[in-house]
Amino acid sequence: MPHPETWLRVLPDGLFCEPGGFFIDPVRPVERAVITHGHADHARPGHRSVLATPETLAIMRARMGEGAGAAQQAMRHGEVLRQGEVTIRLVPAGHVLGSAQVVMEWQGSRAVVSGDYKRQADATCLPFEPVPCDVFVTEATFALPVFRHPDPAHEVAKLLKSLALFPERTHVVGCYALGKCQRLITLLRAAGWDRPIHLHGAQQPLCRLYEELGVPLGELRPATVANKAELRGAIVLAPPSAIADRWARRLAEPVTALASGWMRVRQRARTRGVELPMVISDHADWPDLNRTIDEVGAPEVWVTHGRDDALVHALAGRGIRGRALHLVGLGEDEDEAVAEAPEGAPAA
Amino acid sequence: MSVPAFAELLERLIFTPGRNAKLALLRDWFATQPDPDRGIGLAALTEELVFTAAKPAMIRDLAAARTDPVLLALSHDYVGDLAETVALIWPERAGVNAPPPALSEVVETLEVTPKAELPGLISGWLDTLDSGGRLALIKLITGGLRVGVSGRLARVALAEWSGKPVEEIEEIWHGVAPPYLPIFRWLEGHAERPDPRDAPVFRPLMLAHPLEDRDLAALDPAAWRAEWKWDGIRVQLTAGPGGRRIWSRGGEDISGGFPEIVEAMEFHGVLDGELLVIRDGLVAPFADLQQRLNRKLVGPKMLRDYPVGVRLYDLLFEGGEDLRPLPFDARRQRLEAWVERHAPPRMDLSALIAFASVAQLSEVRDGARAASIEGLMLKRADSPYLAGRQKGMWWKWKRDPLSIDAVLMYAQRGHGKRSSFYSDYTFGLWRPVEGGGEELVPVGKAYSGYTDEELGWLDRWIRNHTVSRFGPVREVEKALVLEVIFDAAQLSGRHKSGVALRFPRIARIRTDKPASEADRLENLMAYVEAGPAAEE
Ligand SMILES: [Zn+2]
Ligand SMILES: [Zn+2]
Repeated sequence: MPHPETWLRVLPDGLFCEPGGFFIDPVRPVERAVITHGHADHARPGHRSVLATPETLAIMRARMGEGAGAAQQAMRHGEVLRQGEVTIRLVPAGHVLGSAQVVMEWQGSRAVVSGDYKRQADATCLPFEPVPCDVFVTEATFALPVFRHPDPAHEVAKLLKSLALFPERTHVVGCYALGKCQRLITLLRAAGWDRPIHLHGAQQPLCRLYEELGVPLGELRPATVANKAELRGAIVLAPPSAIADRWARRLAEPVTALASGWMRVRQRARTRGVELPMVISDHADWPDLNRTIDEVGAPEVWVTHGRDDALVHALAGRGIRGRALHLVGLGEDEDEAVAEAPEGAPAA
Repeated sequence: MSVPAFAELLERLIFTPGRNAKLALLRDWFATQPDPDRGIGLAALTEELVFTAAKPAMIRDLAAARTDPVLLALSHDYVGDLAETVALIWPERAGVNAPPPALSEVVETLEVTPKAELPGLISGWLDTLDSGGRLALIKLITGGLRVGVSGRLARVALAEWSGKPVEEIEEIWHGVAPPYLPIFRWLEGHAERPDPRDAPVFRPLMLAHPLEDRDLAALDPAAWRAEWKWDGIRVQLTAGPGGRRIWSRGGEDISGGFPEIVEAMEFHGVLDGELLVIRDGLVAPFADLQQRLNRKLVGPKMLRDYPVGVRLYDLLFEGGEDLRPLPFDARRQRLEAWVERHAPPRMDLSALIAFASVAQLSEVRDGARAASIEGLMLKRADSPYLAGRQKGMWWKWKRDPLSIDAVLMYAQRGHGKRSSFYSDYTFGLWRPVEGGGEELVPVGKAYSGYTDEELGWLDRWIRNHTVSRFGPVREVEKALVLEVIFDAAQLSGRHKSGVALRFPRIARIRTDKPASEADRLENLMAYVEAGPAAEE
């Protein structure tokens, strides 16, 4: 059985499956790409042919139009495809709608590239399925034992309590437009919040797409200057970059919240000027990363991005060989980039 | 549910910048929490209860016993704060289903637990809490809460919650110990107001309004008294059989920071005065007094280098006799006689300034250039001593501010309502550099004085003229001149420019003036009064 290192290589453009002739989540335009999910650091424009789940392809088309790939091949969960000498399957990763792990087999050796993933429940996407393998390629965004995401229902309860305490103030919640925003809406609905939820302009197109793809979100309204009075005591969802900037000034005495796994650490919340940190993440936390690795049972784990030092150390203690890939260009999606998000987002 | 509820309050208070929002959070706490936990929580927030049962090192060891050392080190490195690291990394144990402790349980148990049993006790508590609760507990028992809730703010919240005047709460506050059960009973209408008797309590201070020109025109010299407005901190000295206290203007107990004053308080009564650094009868600039502020303990060197005294303004109680209803003149007579009789060390009288006309008084004010004097106080001769700011009784008449034209160098976002605006400005003046040419040196920071329109204009200008960023700070093109006014300039070893400004604020945006024509550092130095100010 060939060692995965002989057929899965780290090239400047990204992770390359040699016998299959394709890249996974490449950072530059390539001939043939398999895309795990629609976040901008994984799904980049300009590839010639793109293989992904139908939902991921729809998200890519919504975000980049023509750039989504000249030839697009949709592959559902459960389907098997032969690409060169390699068989490929896409298995749910539980990260955002359409997110998938890429399962590859070649000459009896199996590698799984997780993309980004989480193990917490999420009403907007299919849950992560562990696949036993010889090498597991994992993310490590929150790979420090201080990161243990609480029950998101508890975080949403904090927001609702604040609304009860400050019923005159608009509660503006920073959340990434793809995935976090829609998950937050379903969490609010599950907590009994049936009033309209208002959206910053940047959040609207993907919410519309989620609904078209069969994820009901309840009544959504644009958050515009015209309805400032209506926004008193309302929940407004906006990109993280907008909550502390000029856009937020138009709201009624806003309470600024931010939904992100980084909010678990106070200093992170403080530098962002957040009043109400909500620890809600679409990435696996420390216990879930370790549990997942144990479940897939791979003797070898490659770490694409994040805190590879801590994870590789912890794996060594359990006799698992860890290897840091140091892939560039990853880790710029919602949770990962929130601490450095630029300001000056477009106004609603 | 009490430590978790306290943790939730703590987290909101720490992240909430606005005063009104803080008040709402506190009102909610009083309304929803049971006794005695609400009083204990309150005392912990205002640091009237401070625990030092556990040292940070013990907490570290507790975590180290349960975690991998490499992972603990990586985590500590990432999080920064040790207490927070431990709270976040603490491994939850399956099968622990003991309820989290109440605040009262924490307080009572800590008192009676022998040192050797503390680690086990604390681990047990940590096992019952979530990360927020663990952080609150660790901060509480290591004496490191620091949430920035002043006693004054807490009492305002109590007043708003109960509908009772804040002055009535202030007067008895320090006569009742945490968890303040008699106060809560009174505030909820279940009992009479507690009587502090001989306990040293804070009496709300009488405050002055700024004098406007039209008030000045109407001023009858015969009916008013004038004295200097000293630039120190206003204090109330309370001494008697129940103890001795120095209260700040907001009713905080600051006795611990000024032991030499406490020692000198060999009397029974209540005095109002200004705390100042005084060397050989000369009042030092405020910057000197700053060395002594916000210290819980002071060493012998501090006591020697920054000796403090109190310049007395008023006598509120003599023995048990309440003089506050008497007119100012009568209280003043009693004060003068009292000072003569007691001759208390480290205290002297704030002199009255004789004047026959407003014009004469105006001259006196203009002539006062000593850094230790902020201006004049005008007090109506027949004014009783009333709590708070009473219109038409006392005026403060600050001397005209000094002014410089400075160049905007850096800007930073503000807090609360202003968090989306660049509202804090660092400005500088020119000084020559070796080998020719000039450079800007920062001389101060201002965050007030401008109108909302000016703030909006400055915010846009800053965004459009940014040359670089460091975190929340923007460096801007050195092209905008601001007229900055301030009350005094004092030499300072802690500032790069060697000078510190007292109360700087933005007076005007000088778009008409090129940056090269802004003031030089030497212009500012001309305002610095050398040495300690002469007594007047
Ligand atoms: Zn992602
Ligand atoms: Zn990612």
